[in-house]
Amino acid sequence: MATTEEIRAGLAELVNDVAGVAVEDVQLDKSFVDDLDVDSLAMVEILVGCEEKFGVTIPDEESKNLKTVGDAVAYIEAHS
Amino acid sequence: MTELKASTGAAYARILSVGSATPSKVIDNEYLLQFIDSSDEWITQRTGIKERRWVAEGETIETLCLEAAGKAIERSGIEASKIGAVILSTISHYHQTPALAPKLAAELGIGDAAAYDISAACAGFSYALAQAESIVRAGQAEYVLVIAGETISHITDLTDRGTAFLFGDGAGAVVVGPSETNGIGPVIWGSDGAQEGVIWQTADWQKAVAEGTFPKLGMDGRAVFKWATTFIAGAAKKALDAAGIGPDQLDVFIPHQANNRITDTLLRYLKLPEHVVVARTIQHLGNNSAATIPMAMDALLSSGEAKSGQTALIIGFGAGLVYSGQVITLP
Repeated sequence: MATTEEIRAGLAELVNDVAGVAVEDVQLDKSFVDDLDVDSLAMVEILVGCEEKFGVTIPDEESKNLKTVGDAVAYIEAHS
Repeated sequence: MTELKASTGAAYARILSVGSATPSKVIDNEYLLQFIDSSDEWITQRTGIKERRWVAEGETIETLCLEAAGKAIERSGIEASKIGAVILSTISHYHQTPALAPKLAAELGIGDAAAYDISAACAGFSYALAQAESIVRAGQAEYVLVIAGETISHITDLTDRGTAFLFGDGAGAVVVGPSETNGIGPVIWGSDGAQEGVIWQTADWQKAVAEGTFPKLGMDGRAVFKWATTFIAGAAKKALDAAGIGPDQLDVFIPHQANNRITDTLLRYLKLPEHVVVARTIQHLGNNSAATIPMAMDALLSSGEAKSGQTALIIGFGAGLVYSGQVITLP
């Protein structure tokens, strides 16, 4: 099972790939929208990428609660 | 048992010509800001759209279709009377019956031909093209006119800050006929009616009349985006595989112009090489539903960005949900 840091690093690669955010800026306390300037469409792509990369299913109603990098990492940890 | 004759057609079919029509009223993002709390920057960043065309006084779906089809017939060099079938794809001819295609056939001088409308939203052109290809190869008509025309502006909800800026009006048409080599690859098409609620009409006609309102289009943009960037990307790849070609052999990519961000994602998924010309008509025309693909095809050929004889992948997707794509040789 992947560690928190491994999931954060994997997620950072996705955020970098989709939204061009520097990998080192994708830290647990950062808000996707307010800190990383990730918009709603990019968020959809990132979460689809997470589903493939980490083998999790993220329902739409759940995805709206994933506001920070930490929220997403915690969800992936709990469901992968 | 009495033996019946069967029709036999051409070995292959291809698109002989394309024509399109854009209405005259230019609507920029700024104009829409009187109705919705948004900005030119927000709309451009999320969709790639800067402006779209809406019908003006005197312009209708009929005038647009006649103009586009008239150009396609003229460019094909085929006598109008030789066209044996006319298929119109539209979701915005606000007249339940009769269909518009027979009237268009009469006004275009085609006369006695099979003529009918189909409803497959933004996948409609590709659906109709697949039918035309089959009709030509089965010998049910030698030449088929495919028209896609829309006046979505009439059902656009100008108060919806998620969709008010998306749609534009217009029409596109192609003439399909027999060919010695194949110019229309196998269609990859389908539907997912379980997702009928993702893109919807706010009221059916009975309810609309009872309420005294005209129906509008609604859409769960997030769900459409997810579907388009995952499932549709896979369908586009299948269309290439079905035609027996790889991304390197493709010259032009004409995806339905729903959103530039969807197009960007499709490009990444398909790993199309840099030489492939990609349609981006959404910037000036918006999303024209079924008419998008033939309008983009005509625009790319007219500007010289794409050339006759090149190989193009088209794929449409929209309300239903429905999708359809194939590889074609450009006319």
